[in-house]
Amino acid sequence: MATHSLQDMRQQAAIAAKVFIQRDYTNGTVCQFQTKFPSELETRIDKQQFEETVRTLNNLYAEAEKLGGSSYLEGCLACLTAYTIFLCMETHYEKVLKKIAKFIQEQNDKIYAPRGLLLTDPIERGLRVVSFRKQCDSH
Amino acid sequence: MLHLRVAEPMRECEYSQISTRSSTPMETPYKKRTPKRRKWQAFPGRNKFFCNGRIMMARQTGVFYLTLVLILVTSGLFFAFDCPFLSMQITPAIPVIGGVLFVFVLGTLFRTSFSDPGVLPRATPDEAADLERQIDVANGSSSGYRPPPRTREVVINGQTVKLKYCFTCKIFRPPRASHCSLCDNCVERFDHHCPWVGNCVGKRNYRFFYMFILSLSFLTIFIFAFVITHVILRSHRYGFLNTLKDSPASVLEVVVCFFSVWSIVGLSGFHTYLISSNQTTNEDIKGSWSSKRGKGNYNPYSHGNVFTNCCAALCGPLPPSLIDRRGFVQSDTPQPIPPTNGITMYGSTQSQSHMAAATPLLQSEPVILTDEAFLPGRTSLGGPCSGALPLGGHPTPPTSTPNLSCDNDMLPLRNEQSDGLRHHHTDGGHHHFLTPEEAPSPPGMLPCGSPLGHSHTIQGFYNPASQDSLHEDSVRGLVKLSSV
Repeated sequence: MATHSLQDMRQQAAIAAKVFIQRDYTNGTVCQFQTKFPSELETRIDKQQFEETVRTLNNLYAEAEKLGGSSYLEGCLACLTAYTIFLCMETHYEKVLKKIAKFIQEQNDKIYAPRGLLLTDPIERGLRVVSFRKQCDSH
Repeated sequence: MLHLRVAEPMRECEYSQISTRSSTPMETPYKKRTPKRRKWQAFPGRNKFFCNGRIMMARQTGVFYLTLVLILVTSGLFFAFDCPFLSMQITPAIPVIGGVLFVFVLGTLFRTSFSDPGVLPRATPDEAADLERQIDVANGSSSGYRPPPRTREVVINGQTVKLKYCFTCKIFRPPRASHCSLCDNCVERFDHHCPWVGNCVGKRNYRFFYMFILSLSFLTIFIFAFVITHVILRSHRYGFLNTLKDSPASVLEVVVCFFSVWSIVGLSGFHTYLISSNQTTNEDIKGSWSSKRGKGNYNPYSHGNVFTNCCAALCGPLPPSLIDRRGFVQSDTPQPIPPTNGITMYGSTQSQSHMAAATPLLQSEPVILTDEAFLPGRTSLGGPCSGALPLGGHPTPPTSTPNLSCDNDMLPLRNEQSDGLRHHHTDGGHHHFLTPEEAPSPPGMLPCGSPLGHSHTIQGFYNPASQDSLHEDSVRGLVKLSSV
């Protein structure tokens, strides 16, 4: 029973130590996150760094959802091949998602992990939030 | 058995969860041997999964099979009875074109029916708690029996849009998203739930749906025209009665095509209009962006011109599925809140603790419950729903269980939007179902775009009355559960 309550406490601590950045819908349904600096992170990272990270993420997602010549071409080609082409190649969106995953990994290694924070990939949260997890008990 | 558990630090959480309920020692070794579950098996929505998570459909697929049978039988008869004559007398290109159209229709139908329409995964407990905290801060201390309706306003391209909070999924719905009550999921850019394809139509499969109805219109017109041609040509040579004797199938084809053409072509026309103005069926029916609502009311999502709207809807980038059906469930990652949490809204502390005890169960002991309780096609429902039942009882049949747990969110909404609910169930002839929350008043006209609609084909098939009574029973049962 002692382990049970410790687990509880640890979970409580973990829950309180997550900061969520919500989506910003002012440009419509495109995937963008709010660049407002949350107060809970004030002690850990500086505002500039945070804003740059979120802004880069926003740019990457905008690139994924961009309507342009190449995306139309991909769409038409897919339609003509009855969408079987996606069995062999990835969509443009998926390629950009991989880029985003790499970017987040990089940011975590270089900037956030040394400060005791962990940035989670929004795709794991259904593109709803960017979450920062404070690693209180990792040291 | 217990001392074995203590030696494994990684499995601490399972140890503590198992100790909260009276378990037989037999389950512990069983748990060690079972493989990891895939996420589709723990999916909280009311969906059916096939091929180990690759295929995703709504729960009621009867009408989908009807669609498939109609298309296969009519086309099959066409190729068997009419094409030989036509290819000899006119040109062999006819069966070829017919074949291409047929393949395209089936391809787009399967793509629409089997793919994820754009389901939004439910909030993890951490996110939900964070949102609750923000809402409490905004509202002050929430007093009273039921919390006030939660909305957020956002200005998009100059229009004020209200974002509603979904009590089932515990998220603020993105703009244009809607909660489908039939599938119990929030779907992005929700258009409608189509029983004919057995799935919701949303952001990810709208283009396939449109391609399906467009190609089906062409196929129907094609078959209709050429069967008539065949009958006429043959009648010239052999007489009308002989023609009917030689090719009886032609009559059936003409009848099916005649009735289908009106509705399907009408539907295609309607959706062409929707695509060109970048609206969803939902928005069009509610008149969200119509100028009748007020001066200066316009659609903020439209790109301005018809061409861009069409290209964006049909050839734009295809977003990936957000629910990762085939991934494995990690025991340490936060699980989305199962639908049974709706009971906690009533503030009964006993039911809360009951749920708290049940929730870890859902995550750590799903395999056992699933295997005992449900048929293979419904394993997606096994986890969340069976946890809601009292542990002592034996599993109830699948048909009633989903309603029991998945209608939880109906309770808080029921009084506010009972009219919407009634509409949902009494509108039997209206085959494009809208969620109760999003359709406050019954539309004057069916959204199919054709006055004849589909009512003549599906009356009696979908029985709204029995659904309503099933909902009533499940609601009553739910109230009993929460008062325990």
